[in-house]
Amino acid sequence: MGMTIAEKIIARAAGADKVQAGEIHTVTLDRMMSNDGTTHLTVDMYYNKLKNPRIADTKKMVFIADHNVPSDSPKTAASQKKMRDFAREHGIDFWEGKGVCHQIMMEHYVCPGELIFGADSHTCTYGALGAFGTGVGCTDLLYGMVTGTSWVLVPETVKFNLVGKLPEGVYPRDLMLTIIGEIGANGVNYQVMEFCGEGAKTLSVNDRMVLCNLAVEAGAKTAIFEADEIALEYLKARGRKPKAVFSSDPDAVYVREYTFDLSAIVPVAARPDFVDDVVPAKEVCGVRIDEAFLGSCNNGRIDELRVGASVLKGRRVADHVRFLVVPASQEVYLEAMEEGLIRIFMESGAIVMNPNCSVCWGSCQGVIGEGEVLISTGTRNFKGRAGHPSSKVYLGSAATVAASAVKGEICTADML
Amino acid sequence: MEQFTGRVWVLGDDIDTDIIIPTEYLAMKTIDDMKQYAFSPLRPELAGQIQPGDIIVAGKNFGCGSSREQAPEVVKALGIRCVIAGSFARIFFRNAINNGLLLIEQPELSGDVTEGDTITVAVNQDVDYKGKKYPIAALPDNLVEIIEAGGLVKAMRRRNGLD
Amino acid sequence: MGQTMVEKILARNMGVSAVKPGDIVTVNVDRVMLDDIMIPFIVDKFHEMGFKKVWDPDKVVLIYDHLVPASQQDDTRHYRVGDAFVKECGLIHVHRSDGICHQLMTEAGYVKPGDVVLGTDSHTTTYGCVGAFSTGIGYTEMASILGTGTLWVKVPETIRVVIDGKLPGGVMSKDVILRLIGDLGADGATYRALEFAGSTVEEMSVSSRMTMANMAIEAGAKCAVFMPDEKTLKYCEESEKNYGGNGSQTFAMSLEQAERELRADEDAVYLRTITYRAEDFQPVMACPSQVDNICSVSQLEGTAIDQVFIGSCTNGRLEDLKAAASVLEGKKVAPFVKLIVTPASRKVYEDALDCGVLQTLIKAGAIITHPGCGLCCGRTGGILSDGERVVATNNRNFLGRMGTSKVEIYLASPMTAAACAVAGRIVPAGGLPHEV
Repeated sequence: MGMTIAEKIIARAAGADKVQAGEIHTVTLDRMMSNDGTTHLTVDMYYNKLKNPRIADTKKMVFIADHNVPSDSPKTAASQKKMRDFAREHGIDFWEGKGVCHQIMMEHYVCPGELIFGADSHTCTYGALGAFGTGVGCTDLLYGMVTGTSWVLVPETVKFNLVGKLPEGVYPRDLMLTIIGEIGANGVNYQVMEFCGEGAKTLSVNDRMVLCNLAVEAGAKTAIFEADEIALEYLKARGRKPKAVFSSDPDAVYVREYTFDLSAIVPVAARPDFVDDVVPAKEVCGVRIDEAFLGSCNNGRIDELRVGASVLKGRRVADHVRFLVVPASQEVYLEAMEEGLIRIFMESGAIVMNPNCSVCWGSCQGVIGEGEVLISTGTRNFKGRAGHPSSKVYLGSAATVAASAVKGEICTADML
Repeated sequence: MEQFTGRVWVLGDDIDTDIIIPTEYLAMKTIDDMKQYAFSPLRPELAGQIQPGDIIVAGKNFGCGSSREQAPEVVKALGIRCVIAGSFARIFFRNAINNGLLLIEQPELSGDVTEGDTITVAVNQDVDYKGKKYPIAALPDNLVEIIEAGGLVKAMRRRNGLD
Repeated sequence: MGQTMVEKILARNMGVSAVKPGDIVTVNVDRVMLDDIMIPFIVDKFHEMGFKKVWDPDKVVLIYDHLVPASQQDDTRHYRVGDAFVKECGLIHVHRSDGICHQLMTEAGYVKPGDVVLGTDSHTTTYGCVGAFSTGIGYTEMASILGTGTLWVKVPETIRVVIDGKLPGGVMSKDVILRLIGDLGADGATYRALEFAGSTVEEMSVSSRMTMANMAIEAGAKCAVFMPDEKTLKYCEESEKNYGGNGSQTFAMSLEQAERELRADEDAVYLRTITYRAEDFQPVMACPSQVDNICSVSQLEGTAIDQVFIGSCTNGRLEDLKAAASVLEGKKVAPFVKLIVTPASRKVYEDALDCGVLQTLIKAGAIITHPGCGLCCGRTGGILSDGERVVATNNRNFLGRMGTSKVEIYLASPMTAAACAVAGRIVPAGGLPHEV
């Protein structure tokens, strides 16, 4: 009986020839990422709960300050200082203000075949490069940091067979929201979403990141694509080499299979307060908005900025709307500057912020107030996620978000 | 001639408006929400200790810095009867007058007085501390008019035929 | 008896031949600036006073800057209150995310030579850079101006500051004004006007003059003025076109008119005159926690720092960003040090983008935030923690201004700040090793 990509990565990390869903294995971690949301807690535990603490391999650690950057209160400043001081003292790679953690990881660290823990739920993003990335709490991260190892329960894999090609004006984000709407917020709880099929070949690494990133919103432990030539090309351009390139065996075991026809996907939106409450975007048109957000680890890359800028070009953001444009990293920001996209956003009246998590995380710059409505390319629309408990968040594609910013109410780009 | 006695809190020179009320708290809904944070960068406990009728005595340039009118408003809301300082920054001075917070310029007192002691103020005349009289100047007429009207808001209400 | 420039502006405003220091006069306000922090308080007082309409909507400018982007949930309430007031009173000049109020007031053409302008922010003194009388007031007085169009002002005595000669390399107008504040003391110009003159200030750009007028309040001054010249009038003319040309319906006076109506008389009476030789200036810093606590950069050299902030209405303009970029070009910000750059306005951002300055700064490792007050007002944009030290180009280093009261703030010019970011410690701009 064969193995899936996810099983092969775990087997390698466990030093085993073969693993099966349901087994528990001790694994050697290839890398660990922690951001300013929780690193200060990990540091506190490191100093206060452990006897003679040490770090197994500082080279495997990456600390990234991205949630509240630049710091917006004495409290976050203190947390970040703790993180910065720890990184400096222990020689840990430290990134501050350079971008959203998952984007930085993809740009600089992630390699196919790696097993990566991140103290952030959207660590599943790394599957876009054929790595097994998953979110953990800070206790798990601490254990990994100190021992270099952890335990994993080998998850079952669910196959998502993608066929066809997305139509013009429909984006990977529409596809993933559609999938989540279909299978539900716990549709693949503790399982791996493996994306494959000829439709997968039509998707760039950027597109794949959009899909993998949101997998956790369907409860997945992670999501993964095979590291094909598209992935290897991305890696090569960045001067990195794969750890291991795995394909799922023909006789690998899948607990379920779904097929999605990309050509049948339409622009969609997730309604407040659940990511799986997905409807065609047309159904929510007309909802007055106060803020629009184009950014996040899900949708703040050059592709989405291009889409947003193409909608904004020659238009103005509605007077009553705050349109936040937040590139996912400094690299994306620079590229967008050089392509003239940032100029378009600025001329349209947008608020272009430094790369950070912004309102996707809610307690950062761009937070929304009482009774306000946000349309967002962020990851979540949970109650109060973007600010005041009475506020509402709709999720949509970059095109829908940009069009809504212009109209002042939710609308799709073709309606402008 | 109005006269009153109060317990003294002593502050130094250049007590700026960021000390009186930090920007972090400026966007709170009401002055009452803010007043607990008054003077917090310098003396976080002070706002809780001030009792109605107390007097602040400070050195030179009290209220320097920003134009935030929340500064004199929180001082007044804490129940401070008056502020006696070596000198006042001008925006703070105007804002205090407009809100009916009494300010008195007296250059020597802050060097002599001990915190917790009481002083007696005879408005437009002098301050009495342990029997020593510290002279104070009378306010200009146009300011007296605003104060007599009960502050600028009341003066404008009267102008608009409301009171 | 002759008059100073400020006396002339006030007399001209009231249509009288002369005023003298100590006179209490009622001025006709040419323009007011309302900011987002104060707007709910202004609106409350306005209604409480019983006003139904503003005296002249064209003369009112509402600017959201301290709270953009919002960092606390309640911040957006200020936008809502502001927007409702715009509707209620038919305001036409509103900037919701274009940058810092003082930058916009000049750059978007709202302020002209000879104008009398009031704003609900202490750095309203900035507009003296184009020869306007401008000063900060509280929200109650702003509410009464909105209803009446007038305000009482005590005519201030004037201190004349004359600077002649050529500033040494690496010295910016920020170093000049910091030195002056140090010499005058934080209350040295309280209730007084500053009038700048001399070949050095004549050589300066309007932007450099803005830095100096902006910080006059840190010596307690009511206002600070520069005599308009060709540069000023060109600046005003160009500013008419910015932001869709929504600025002023009044036009700047001609040079001849400015000379005739605004220039101080030869026999004007000054409280005092302070004279400097430009060659004597050097890069300086205001040390914690008073703006008048001035030291030369070389005296402080070697002090380790955690963060650098370049921005604010004092030093967030294109000229400042260019100066910083000239130091940072091809270099990197020191490890574990954060460089935060906040352009003063949307136009500054766009201009800096067009000439590649932002790209240079990002490549050096800077964090570029959206234009606004940012860290200077201490609500967001790089708040610091206990024991941390920041070099900043803004106007105040008061206790607790950028975080806890255990944060040390050093104020400096953009060039000095950029050099410190590269070195990770305090260092003069000329003191960087070439191979860094």
